[in-house]
Formats: sequence, structure tokens, C-alpha cells
Amino acid sequence: MADLRVNFAGIESPNPFWLASAPPTNMGSMVERAFDAGWGGAVWKTLGEPIVNVCSRLAAIDSGPNRMIGLNNIELITDRPLDVNLKEIRACKRKYPKHALIISLMVESKREAWHEIARQVEDTGADGLELNFGCPHGMSERGMGAAMGQVPEYTCMVTEWVKEATSLPVIVKLTPNVTSITPPARAAVKGGADALSLINTINSLMGVDLDTMIPHPNVNGMAAHGGYCGPAVKPIALNMVSELARDAEVNVPISGIGGIGTWRDAAEFLLLGSTTVQVCTAVMHYGYRIVEDMIDGLSNYLDEKGFQSVTEIIGRSAPRVTDWGSLDLHYKTVAHIDHSKCIQCNLCHIACEDGAHQCIPFTEIDGKRFPIIDKQECVGCNLCYLVCPSPGCISMVRVDDGSQPVSWRELSSRQPETMTAD
Amino acid sequence: MSTTLNPSIPIEEVERNFREIAPPLTEAEAVFEANRCVYCYDAPCTRACPTHIDVPGFIKKIASGNLLGSARVIFDANPIGATCARVCPVDVLCEGACVEKTLMDKPIEIGRLQRYATDDLMSKGREVLQAGAPNGRSVGVIGSGPAGLSCATYLARLGYAVTVYDRKTLAGGLDTYGMAEYKMTQRVSTEEAAMVSRLGVEFKMNTLITVNGDRSSELQVQNLDTISLAELEAKHDAIFIGIGLGATTRLNIPGEDLQGVYDALDFIERIKTREWSSVPIGRNVAVIGAGNTAIDAVTQARRLGAERVLLVYRRSQKEMPAYEYEYELAKKDAVEFWWQTAPVEVLSTEDGGGVAALRCVRMELGEPDSSGRRSARAVEGSEFDIPVDMVIKALGQQKMRDFLGAIDGVKLDEAGRIAVDKATGRTGNPKFFAGGDCVNGGREAVDASQAGKLAAQGIHESLTGEHVEFAGTRLPLLEETHEIKAH
Repeated sequence: MADLRVNFAGIESPNPFWLASAPPTNMGSMVERAFDAGWGGAVWKTLGEPIVNVCSRLAAIDSGPNRMIGLNNIELITDRPLDVNLKEIRACKRKYPKHALIISLMVESKREAWHEIARQVEDTGADGLELNFGCPHGMSERGMGAAMGQVPEYTCMVTEWVKEATSLPVIVKLTPNVTSITPPARAAVKGGADALSLINTINSLMGVDLDTMIPHPNVNGMAAHGGYCGPAVKPIALNMVSELARDAEVNVPISGIGGIGTWRDAAEFLLLGSTTVQVCTAVMHYGYRIVEDMIDGLSNYLDEKGFQSVTEIIGRSAPRVTDWGSLDLHYKTVAHIDHSKCIQCNLCHIACEDGAHQCIPFTEIDGKRFPIIDKQECVGCNLCYLVCPSPGCISMVRVDDGSQPVSWRELSSRQPETMTAD
Repeated sequence: MSTTLNPSIPIEEVERNFREIAPPLTEAEAVFEANRCVYCYDAPCTRACPTHIDVPGFIKKIASGNLLGSARVIFDANPIGATCARVCPVDVLCEGACVEKTLMDKPIEIGRLQRYATDDLMSKGREVLQAGAPNGRSVGVIGSGPAGLSCATYLARLGYAVTVYDRKTLAGGLDTYGMAEYKMTQRVSTEEAAMVSRLGVEFKMNTLITVNGDRSSELQVQNLDTISLAELEAKHDAIFIGIGLGATTRLNIPGEDLQGVYDALDFIERIKTREWSSVPIGRNVAVIGAGNTAIDAVTQARRLGAERVLLVYRRSQKEMPAYEYEYELAKKDAVEFWWQTAPVEVLSTEDGGGVAALRCVRMELGEPDSSGRRSARAVEGSEFDIPVDMVIKALGQQKMRDFLGAIDGVKLDEAGRIAVDKATGRTGNPKFFAGGDCVNGGREAVDASQAGKLAAQGIHESLTGEHVEFAGTRLPLLEETHEIKAH
């Protein structure tokens, strides 16, 4: 069985599965139950000056019968007294010395405030700090959270303040609500961050109650934008993680966050450069118990692929991400329909007809009408393969015409005048 | 009377036995099922439906929470969509064609989804169809069954003044009087007829159309008004014949008219009242025939409390005309199947007041006959008696040749069915149109509904020259895309 242990910026963890700073890590008893369930680490619900929350804090988007493919919240940081949290952190760490216990922090933009809280946490025996520069709602209106993460200079400055006060590993949690994730990431590293975690939640408004016409979540007739998370945000998170994993100036470990609910999601984050992953929404949906299959599934996957340790796959797929301009323009695939598996729903036809390149007409086979690929016209876009409900029916087959790979970058450097039109 | 047949089980048990076999979907079930539909393009379910309802269209409206729109899609193409949701042989129509049947051997429950959408509409009393502006023309519809109701609906939508004539008290024809009670109650059908009525269609019930204005004493006893065909022709610009079929075919064996021998349709009609104590039922019941009506008779005889129910059929199970799932239903009800058995006499009780037994012979099967089924021949000396106290005849219905033959120009085929132009329902007499069982010889309600639609369009074109096509008139023909240039 593959070794799932990881060392994340000096923090030892029995597996890469951590709970993200959120309601599931609100207090000691919860974190302890999570560790008992198998979670390797937990990032404690953000500490700071206690706040007052609004009532009605969550809203979700469903996809057909699938509930909560996206979740949004307007909850703030911990509403519990600091001394109570610190006491529980100390007890928890004592009880679970081998688990990773990270404490998320967010205080006002004052050097002394950050110094003070960093020292208090270090005193508990916790393994590391995570600076919450990402929370997009509420706290950002008070100059905290995303308000810090969106300005690289602040990110750098506050990271430096924390590093001045503690010897613990410092993780900076980044907000995705920026034009590019790279500047704040580099700023954090410049400020001395030992690691990065991303993504925090995305600005979002979840919808409107069509009867009352009040948006969700309704707080006495009014709503506010909140932070979006859950399965729907995974691709956005994967993109940002892979960008930082490929950035030479960001040479610190990454804890991937965003839509992770299964070992498959986790493996993708690891392959694109995350050393650990953090989970919240899936646990809010199904409970701590989901970690059992995450561990089991990842372990089986690593065994089947012949890896001894999970560390062997970290970042393995990151070099496979490049810029569009470097992709091979000569690579060609066309769709192939296995008519023995075709159920004649014609979704490929109508998708291609109305949404792609009009290259799936019909043909008659044994008196039945089947969609068929016009291989000359097929541009290999994948749409038919994506919409087909019958497993294995449509595949994308490589057409190798023997030509050498060439990218737009190469072509345009050779013949700049002919490429401008493209 | 020595044999008053009555249920031998408590009424509450009968009520339980007659609960719907396909209960309504809950909201959660309906939404889940609707989301399971893959939303085929040029969908096989729509192709399979005789009325070509846009099935994926109405299902996706259930998924989106647009139930009013969903019901409109259904009733637009099929005015008896609520009935069909319950009584259609979906296994051989829409659900039988569903791609989910291919993919995971579990077709979308189209029938129950259709019921969900139509139930919602009818429970809220909302309307999805509107009568057209009056066009000054008038059409008479003979028969308020599925064909007549459908034809009347589309004609009303086109602005015609429509009068429906029916000899029964309640509208709906066999939808009201002939459907197995565990599939559908009368209320669904009568509510559908009420929807048609709200389009301005006039219903003249308890009214018999006669060939020559016969007002015999017998008819007056039955409390029927009569109107002659001539009066009808004078009153209306066109007439639609949707009279269905006639009396159950006779056995032509001794004892057939004994007390205790019933027509399946009469038996079912008694059940439809749900006045259980007045429904005749024996302890040992033989049903003769093996069509879908025979199945309705055996399953309901069991539900009424008959201890032993036999289905007697002269051919084998292979030749049985009933649908496979209907046969399965009867098997579940512990019905005995007497294959290759033909009745030769109904034996009476000693006092002559009832049925004592059914005398049968064994049958041999030979080569296929004109019907395509293997011919059956009695085995000499194979007579035997089955003790039964009730016999139900389910041999199919006869054609109403006498009535139809009396209409000038209306031609019948050799089987006694009205010959029509399929696309318009026009008969040999340009003023008369026809559809449903009297044309097709006895098929599903949904077939009759489509025939009513086509005839309404045919009537309109014949009277105005204008060609109209309502939803589901034709298959939504999928335009072929460009030719494949090369392979």
C-alpha cells in the first residue's frame, strides 16, 4: 500500500487530506472527530476579533437532482472568544500530536495585532499558521480578508509581519477574486510565506427566489454577495493551482482547495502541483466520513499506477499544462461512433449541428438511422463525445498524417506576416 | 333467482384490491425521473407515440418546474392525455422506444410523468386550450369516446360549433366505461370530457343516432332520445363518426344466455360504478378469450374476490393477443390459463337458474390461418367440464355494419371497418369523416385520439380549403444534414 504521508513546508501529515478553515473546523470537538474519521490535518476556523454573524448564511445551486454542486456563504470568521479557541487548539494538538493542525488567522491591518495573535497561536503548539487573505465578503468590507489578498503589497507586508513574530510555517491563503493569481502569490512568497493555499471562495450571488423575488440567502429581505465553493469551482481552482505550480518564482508548496469531494478530485490537484488538499463543502454536505474513501481510493490508485508514495505524483501533470500558443497545431483527432453502443438519442447530432461544426449527419444501418461522423469536416472539438450518454460509444481517434508538431508560437516566429490573421 | 352473484370478500378488501396499480409520482420522484431523461433529439418516444407528443419537451418542462407548459404540450397533441397517461400500453409505445431502456434497461416512466403534468393541471382547474373564434360552421360528432373527444377538441379550437352525440349518460366512451378500474377511474375520463365541454362543445348524452328515425318503445324504455342521420346531416356541415365497435361477439354455443354469463364489457362497466355490492361475481369464473379485455376481466374478477379464475383460450399462449405485460399482470393475480381449450356449452344448474359448468374441448393447432395465427381444431372426444358459476365472454366486439352500411357512400372493408383516407379520415361520403375503433377495428385510445385529430384537420380542409396541422400531426421530420463528402 502506497505511503500517503506528506511533509508540507515542514508540517508532517499522515495523509494529504486536510479540512479547510470553515464550519467543519469550528471547534475542538469537531476537529477531533474529523481526525478520528481519518483526516490528516485541519485548518482551524479563522481566528480574529469575534464577530456577529447574520442569520441565513448559506445558499446553493443544484444541478437537476444533484444537490449543492455549488455553495455560497456569507458567514464570517469565528464567533467564539479567542481564549476558548486557543485553549481547545492546545488540547487538540496534545491529543493528536501526529496530525497537522493549522490555525487560520485574520486580524486588522496592524502589525501589533498580527504579532500578538501569531504568538498566541504558536504558544498552543499548533503546527502552522494560515493567513486568510481571501474571504470575499464581510471581512473585506472591514479592510481584511480579500481586501488584503487583492493588493500584492498588503499581502507581502502582512506576511512579513507574521514571519517576524513566529517561527511556525506560514501559509498564505489566496483569493481567486483577482485578475491574475500570480502577483499576489509572488508577493506572499516575497513576504516570506512558507506555502500557499488556494483558492478561497469566489464572489457570487446565488440566485433569486422567484416567488418573493428576493435573492438568496435572504437576510430580512436583503441579500449580499458571498463566497462560492463546491464542485462547480474545481476547474477554476485547478487552473490557478497549475499556474502557480509552473511559476518559477513561486517555489513553495501549495495546498489545493476548491471543489474537492473525492479521491479523484484530490489526485487531480496533487498531479497539478498541490502537496496537500483542503476540503470543506463536501464535508458540509456529507460529513467527515467521506475521507475514508478518499484515503482508500487514492491509495488504490497509487498502487495500481505503481507508485510507492503519494509524493511521487505531486506536480506530475503540471508540465503538461502550457500556453495555447505552444500547443501543436498539427495534432488532429476525429470523433468515432461505435454504432453497437449507439442508443440513437441523436444528442451528438444536434449538439454538432447547433453547437459545433455540422458534421454529424445520419446514415441507415440495418434499417435504423444512426448518426455518423463526417470525418472530413470533423474538427475534433470533443463536443459529441462530451454529450454522448452511452459510455464508450463516441471516442476521439487520433489521425496521424505524419506531419511534425508545430505551435502557433513557432509558426508566427517563422512567418509573422501570415499568422496575424489568425 | 337462484344465483345472485356477489363478492365473497369484505368491501374494504375489494376497495384495496382496486387501488391504482400505478400510483401518482411524488414531486421528488417526478423531478428525479424528469432529470433522468436524456432529452433525445428527434426522440424515439415521440416517434413511437401515435399522437407524437413532444415527450422530451414535456418532460424537461417538468424538470424546469413549468408544469402548466408541460400539460399544454401534452394536451396540444393529445386531448385525452390524462387518460393515455394511465391506459396506454407504454411498454410497446413510448417507454418501449426509450433510449434509457437500451442504456440501462430502465426506460423513463413517461406515462407516469405525463400523468404528473396532467394531474397538476386538472387539479388546479387551469385551461391550456382555447376555442377558436366562431367560424359559423357546425360539425356533429357521433360518439364521445377518445376519437370523438379528440375530433371535437380540435374542431372547437378551429372555431367550429360542435355537438357530440352519445347514447351513454357519461361522456368518454370506453375511456369512461371500459378501462380496468385499477388503471383508471371514471373521473379522469369525465374530467377530460369536461375540458372539451369548456371549449364550447355541446354534449347530447343519452342520445341514439338512428338510421331512419326509429323511435321504438324499446328505446324510450332506455330513456334515450333519438336523432336520425337525416336530421344530423341537415343540422351540420360535416359529421364525424367515432362510434367504436358494437356488442361483444357471441360464442354461439348452448347455454350462452344463461343467467351468470356476461359480456366482459358489461361486467367492466358495472365495476366502473364502484358500487361493489351490485357487481356480479362468482366463486369460480371462466373468462373466454385472451385479448387485453380478457385480461382486464380476469384480473378484476380476482380483485372482486373470485376464488378461482380461469382464462380459456382456444389457441396457445404464443398466439395470445394480449400484451406481454398484461399477461404478466394476470399471472401475478394467480389466474389459471387453459390454453388450447374451447367452450362448447355452458351447463346450467339443476334449477336452470345459473351456471354450473363450462363444457370444453381440447384444441389442436394447425397451420396459420388468414389472421396469421395458427388455426385451431377440436380434438375429437376430448370434452370435459370445468365447474364454474360465472362465465365472462371477452371475444372482441362486432362491427356496427347495419348502422354504417346505411349511410350513403360510406364504404366498409371486408372486416366491416369504415374505409377512410388515412390522412384526413374522410369516408366515401365527403360529408362524413370517421376515426377510432370503427375504422381501425379496435386499437388503443391513443390511436383513436390521433385519428380524431387528423379527421378534424380533414374536416376543416374540406369545408374551408385551408390546410392546418396541429401538434403531432406528423413526425417532426428531421432534416437530413449535408451529404457526407467522403469517408
